[in-house]
Amino acid sequence: MTKSELIQRLAEQNPHLYLRDIEKIVETIFEEITAAMVRGDRVELRGFGAFSVKHREARTGRNPRTGETVHVEAKRLPFFKTGKGLRERLNGEG
Amino acid sequence: MDSRTITRADLAEAVYEEVGLSRNESSELVETVIEEISDALITGGNVKISSFGSFSVKEKGERIGRNPKTGVEVPISPRKVLVFRASHVLKDRINGKA
Repeated sequence: MTKSELIQRLAEQNPHLYLRDIEKIVETIFEEITAAMVRGDRVELRGFGAFSVKHREARTGRNPRTGETVHVEAKRLPFFKTGKGLRERLNGEG
Repeated sequence: MDSRTITRADLAEAVYEEVGLSRNESSELVETVIEEISDALITGGNVKISSFGSFSVKEKGERIGRNPKTGVEVPISPRKVLVFRASHVLKDRINGKA
């Protein structure tokens, strides 16, 4: 399922809403999650999962092909942990 | 940095402010979005949200694990796990590049 398919499904379930409002709802949700992670906040959606940001220190890496050392800058990585409810439902236990 | 935790209520509040539906309907829609994504994953599909990331379900085979406390070997049954891959747009924004 893509974002546009998600929008389509929501539109079918909510015939009283304008399509552009549904698009805005979906955009707003992902924008809020993104903005939270940009601030370093955690997003916890019980039963679904939690988004958080992990920090990676700068390190000296090596190009595996040439053996050359390269400096890898510190970076932040988005991370998702599946919630208990969804994990159980994926495995038919929900 | 003081970090806080964003929940469904914050997402519903943002939808309420951006779209102008009632608070009730805003929170119902947030729930529906989460439910639709969950259903798609449970029924075996992947979910791709452009400029955010993609969720996919991976099947893990059975393997032998060990109880770290007792050292007793136990079979870990095959199971499905959800994997999230962040898009480049999301990674760049988190690193202040976009």
